Amino acid sequence: MSDANLSGRAAIAGIGQTEFSKESGRTELQLACESVLAAVRDAGLEPGDVDGLVTFTMDTSEEMEVARNLGMREVRFFSRVSYGGGASAATIAHAAMAVAAGMADVVVSYRAFNERSGNRFGNMSGRVGVLPLWLSWYAPYGLMTPAAWVALYARPYMERYGVTNADFGRIAVVDRSHAATNPDAWFYERPITLEDHQSSRWIVEPVLRLLDCCQESDGGVAIVVTSAERARDLPQPPAIVTAAAQGATFDGETMTSYYKDDLDGLPEMGVVGRTLWEQSALTPADVSTAFLYDHFTPFVLMQLEELGFCARGEAKDWATIERLSIGGELPINTSGGLLGEAYIHGMNGITEVVRQIRGTAVNQVADVEHALVTAGTGVPTSGLILSKL
Amino acid sequence: MTADTQFFWDGVKKHRLLIQRCTACRTLRHPPRPMCPTCHALAWDTVEASGRGTVYSFVIPRHPPLPWFPEPYVVALVELDEGTRLVTNLVGIPHDAVTMGMKVRVRYEHFDDDLVLPMFTPEDAP
Repeated sequence: MSDANLSGRAAIAGIGQTEFSKESGRTELQLACESVLAAVRDAGLEPGDVDGLVTFTMDTSEEMEVARNLGMREVRFFSRVSYGGGASAATIAHAAMAVAAGMADVVVSYRAFNERSGNRFGNMSGRVGVLPLWLSWYAPYGLMTPAAWVALYARPYMERYGVTNADFGRIAVVDRSHAATNPDAWFYERPITLEDHQSSRWIVEPVLRLLDCCQESDGGVAIVVTSAERARDLPQPPAIVTAAAQGATFDGETMTSYYKDDLDGLPEMGVVGRTLWEQSALTPADVSTAFLYDHFTPFVLMQLEELGFCARGEAKDWATIERLSIGGELPINTSGGLLGEAYIHGMNGITEVVRQIRGTAVNQVADVEHALVTAGTGVPTSGLILSKL
Repeated sequence: MTADTQFFWDGVKKHRLLIQRCTACRTLRHPPRPMCPTCHALAWDTVEASGRGTVYSFVIPRHPPLPWFPEPYVVALVELDEGTRLVTNLVGIPHDAVTMGMKVRVRYEHFDDDLVLPMFTPEDAP
């Protein structure tokens, strides 16, 4: 591989998290510090070894506050990524680039929030009066929640390819069945059926029912990235960053990209997918398991198409419960996903894929060599392919 | 509102649906922005839309209920005959009678505080 390629240069050496709840009872900064400390210890390192920090622009915990709490002495790299959940995999991309370029030796990416007990993304009551410009085109018409933005975007796709809400139900059933055997999941031991899905109430008719929408959660997740070389000598089996990509396309907005030529896919994820395959020299057939960001089920089907697992418009037939479950061709969201485990803005998808690479997942897929994880969609997004050493 | 978007809301107050147009290459754009993405010119004017278009997408938000909206209400993405799209409400039609691709035309709705919003109604509505 050429030096210009990021592939294989960095690895995830540690992961950490708090419990996932609906009311953490402590500050977001504390959640951030707890998860960072857990990740650093998992990597067999001390906070003083950390010299880089990456998080989301939306995160409320300042890098310097995290560093002060953890007693980090000298921080040489810090960076934040925009666009909500679209940032998750990108925080690892930034960390891996920093390590590969010699900007830092050990970088921790973190995300911690009280998204259920604190500021809920779907609650717009606090926003009226301080309306950002882009929202001024939507709020007056009652298009005010992430669910509503996504539903209006997904409808033409459904119309064009004959997709119904019942097709989305299979994603929810798969996620919840994986959550049912994951003790960390909010919906542990609570699987659902397609009938449960179809009888759950409409959130945005006729696209999203309650069980198509991810949870709201409190919690924190942190991930330690270092060079592949150094990771080899640390206690955990490294998850090599085989590919890392960000993607955005023309005429996009944050969740309201209604002005693109055709609303029949997620072109941002198309960019990410093409970059991932090119960087890694892998194909979809090489991927043993994937964590596909599942804030809303319609976008999971579209991601399967954009990433090349199936052709455009075919996900509704390709995405069977058998194929996407443990033992199937492409088990997805094996921790239960954002629907079943918790909504930590996609960072808990990265940790799950790391566990799959290590062979320590509660719902372990056999013989995982390469695994894929995506970030939030409907926004500028990102993705990773992680591999066994 | 900013200097880039003021004209749209000023136009709506006068019951004129304005679309931003690049004066160099004549490309229309919405939502408004300062630079033409096609030719990069900064000069622009506006054209008045016919007010006619088709329903490109629509949904009925059910939860959370919004106190200032009737239940149910229809949010639509309307593609104007001129080619640009805008988000709006459909009014003057039962929510379960709306169809994809339906022909609609603009209708101006007045609210408190001098607020006027362009909404849409079926083309053949009275």
